[in-house]
Amino acid sequence: MDRLPKWADVVLVPVISLVLAAFVSALVLLAIGQSPVEAFKVMVDGALGSAYGWGYTLYYTTSFIFTGLAVTMAFHAGLFNIGGEGQAQLGGLGVALVCLSVPWPHWTIALAAATVGAAVFGAAWAAIPAYLQARRGSHIVITTIMFNYIAAALIVYLLVDVLRPAGQMDPATARFPAGAKLPTLDLIPGFNLVFTKAVPANITLFIALFMAWVVWALLWRTRLGYQIRAFGKSEAAARYAGIKPVRITIVAMLISGGLAGMMSINNVMGEAERLLQNSSEGAGFIGIAVALMGRNHPFGVVLAAVLFGFLYQGGAELGLWTSIPIELRIVVQGLVILFTGALDQMVRMMLTWAFRMTRMGAA
Amino acid sequence: MDYATLLQILDSTLRLATPLLLACLAGLFSERAGVFDIGLEGKMLMAAMASGTVAALTGSVWLGLGAGVAASLVLAALHGIASITFRGNQLIAGVALNFLSSGITVLVAQRLFGQGGRTPPLTGDGRFNPITLPFADTLAGVPVIGPLYADVISGHPVLVYIALALVPLSWWVLFRTRFGLRLRAVGENPAAVDTAGVSVVGLRYAAVAITGVLCGLAGAYMATALQAGFGREMTAGRGYIALAALIFAKWRPWQALWACLLFGFFQALALRPDVVESVVRVKVPVSFLDALPYVLTVLVLAGFVGKAIPPRAGGEPYVKER
Repeated sequence: MDRLPKWADVVLVPVISLVLAAFVSALVLLAIGQSPVEAFKVMVDGALGSAYGWGYTLYYTTSFIFTGLAVTMAFHAGLFNIGGEGQAQLGGLGVALVCLSVPWPHWTIALAAATVGAAVFGAAWAAIPAYLQARRGSHIVITTIMFNYIAAALIVYLLVDVLRPAGQMDPATARFPAGAKLPTLDLIPGFNLVFTKAVPANITLFIALFMAWVVWALLWRTRLGYQIRAFGKSEAAARYAGIKPVRITIVAMLISGGLAGMMSINNVMGEAERLLQNSSEGAGFIGIAVALMGRNHPFGVVLAAVLFGFLYQGGAELGLWTSIPIELRIVVQGLVILFTGALDQMVRMMLTWAFRMTRMGAA
Repeated sequence: MDYATLLQILDSTLRLATPLLLACLAGLFSERAGVFDIGLEGKMLMAAMASGTVAALTGSVWLGLGAGVAASLVLAALHGIASITFRGNQLIAGVALNFLSSGITVLVAQRLFGQGGRTPPLTGDGRFNPITLPFADTLAGVPVIGPLYADVISGHPVLVYIALALVPLSWWVLFRTRFGLRLRAVGENPAAVDTAGVSVVGLRYAAVAITGVLCGLAGAYMATALQAGFGREMTAGRGYIALAALIFAKWRPWQALWACLLFGFFQALALRPDVVESVVRVKVPVSFLDALPYVLTVLVLAGFVGKAIPPRAGGEPYVKER
C-alpha cells in the first residue's frame, strides 16, 4: 500500500475525521427534526460570538487540556486510561482539602498548594490500577472504569457524611476562603480590556498551556519520555533494552492521573469555589476524544481542547435556546472518538486512494 | 436475618443477575473470537431505549424485544466494521459506541416522548410479566425447599429463564460444535484458521452478531422486565460489570453464570442496607454499598482468584500475510 505524505497524515486525517463526525451529527439532528444549520449558528454565536462566550469556551478548554494530556500521557506508554473522570474528582477532593485547611493569605500560595494537592490525589487514584496492571496483569481499562464508579461513591460519602458543614443541606464542602479565590480573566490586567463581564475562565488556563509544554518536553526531550514511548511502541523491545515495564507503567499512570487531577484547580478552585458532587462533569471522558483528535501530541491536544470547549459551550447554548437536548454533545463526542480512534484506518484508506487517483490524473 | 429475607435477597439476586448474565455471554462470544468489546454497555443501553420505545408505541413487548435486538445489532455491525474490516482499535471503538448510545438514546426518547429522556411507563402486554412455574403453588407449602422454588426460582419474566437456558446452550455451541471450535480458534490463532481455508473475517462477524443479539436481550430485559420503561443511563455500568464477570469466569460459560450470580448478589445487597447492617452490626453508609460491586470487581481482577488468561489473539486485528 502506498504511504500517505506525512503532512496529510498529520493534518488531513484528523480534519476529515472531524468533518465526517460533523456530517453524521448533522444527520442525527435532521433525524430528530432539527435544523443543523440553525443549531450550528446558535453554537457559534453562543461560544465564539462574544468575549463572554469565549470566557466560557476557554474555561472548558482549560479542563479539557488537562484531561487530554492525561490520556495522551498514558497512550504513549501503551495504556488506555479511561479513569480520568475519577482521577479528576479525586483531584477535586485534594483541592478542597488544601483550600479549606488554612486561611490562605494570597491566591498565589493557595494555587501552588492546591495544584500539588490536586496532582497528588489524582495520581494516587491512578496508582492502584497502575499497580494492578503492572504487577497482577489486571486490565487497566476495566480497573480504571471501576475506579470511576468507586470515586463517585467515595465523593458522595465524603460530601454527605464528612465534609458537609453542620446545618448545610446540599452535599458540598464549605465555601473556600477568600484568599483561595483565583483571578478570572476579567480581573487580569490586559485581559480585562477584552473580557468586560465576569467569566469563569481563569488563571488556570495558563497553567494548562504550561503543562502542555511540560508534557511535550517530558515525552520528547527526556530519557524518561523516551523510555515511555519505547515501552508504548513495543514492550518486548523496551524490555530487551533494559527498560523496566513495571516502573514505566506506574510512572506513566501517576503522571497521567496527576494531570487529570490538576483539572480540578480550574473547575473546583477557579469556578465552583467548593467541592460538589460530580465536579468533573464528564471532562475526564472528553479527554479521550481530545487526545485522539489531537493525535496524542500536546500541541494537537490544545487545539482539540479549544474545539471541544466550543462544542461544550455551544452545546450548553443549544440546551438553553433550542429544544435540542444538551446530550447532543455526547453524541458528537462519541462520533469524534469513533472516527479518529477506531475508523482512522478507513479515513487513511480513503485518502490513499484519493492521492493515487490525483497522481494518476496528473501523470 | 430470617429465611424469608434471605429468599427475598436471592430473588432479587436472580433478577439483577439476568442482564449481567446476558451481557456476559454476549461478551463471551465476541472475546472468544478475538474481538474485545467494552461496548456491551452501549449496546444494552441502545437496546433498552429501542425496546422501551417500541413497546410503549405498539403495546407489544415482543415487538419491543425485536426492536431492541435490532438496535443492538446495528451497533454490533458498527463495531465489526471498525474493528474487523478497518482493523481499528477495538477498545476505542467500544468506548465510542458507549458515548454514542448514551447521547442518542436521550435525543430519541426526548424527541418522541418529551419526558426528559424517559419513555412512558409500560403496562400490561407492554412488558414481560412474571410467569409462575408449574406446581409453584402446590409446592409452596413444603418446608425450606417449597418457598425456595415458589419465591426464588418461579415467578420471573420469561427472559430470566431464557438467560439461564443460554448458559448450557452457549457451552454446547462453543465446545461441542464445529462452529464453536472454529470460533475459539479464531480467538487463539487466526492464522491457523485462515490456513485451513475458513474465513477469519466471517467468523468474527458471526461472533460479533451473536454478541449483538445477546446484548439486545439484556437491554430489552432492563427496560421491559426489570423496570417498566427506559430511563437515561439506566444500564448504570452493568456492561462493565459483565465484562469483569467474564474475566472472573475466565471466559467460560458455566463459570460466567456463577460470576454473574455473585455480582447480582452484591447488587441485591446494595438495595438492602438494613439487612447488611443487621448482619455486620455496624452502620454502613449507602455509598459504600453502591461501590461494593465495583470494589469487589477490582479485588477479583487483582488476581485473588488465580490468573485469568484472555484468548491469545484478543484485541488484535487479523492481517493476512502476503
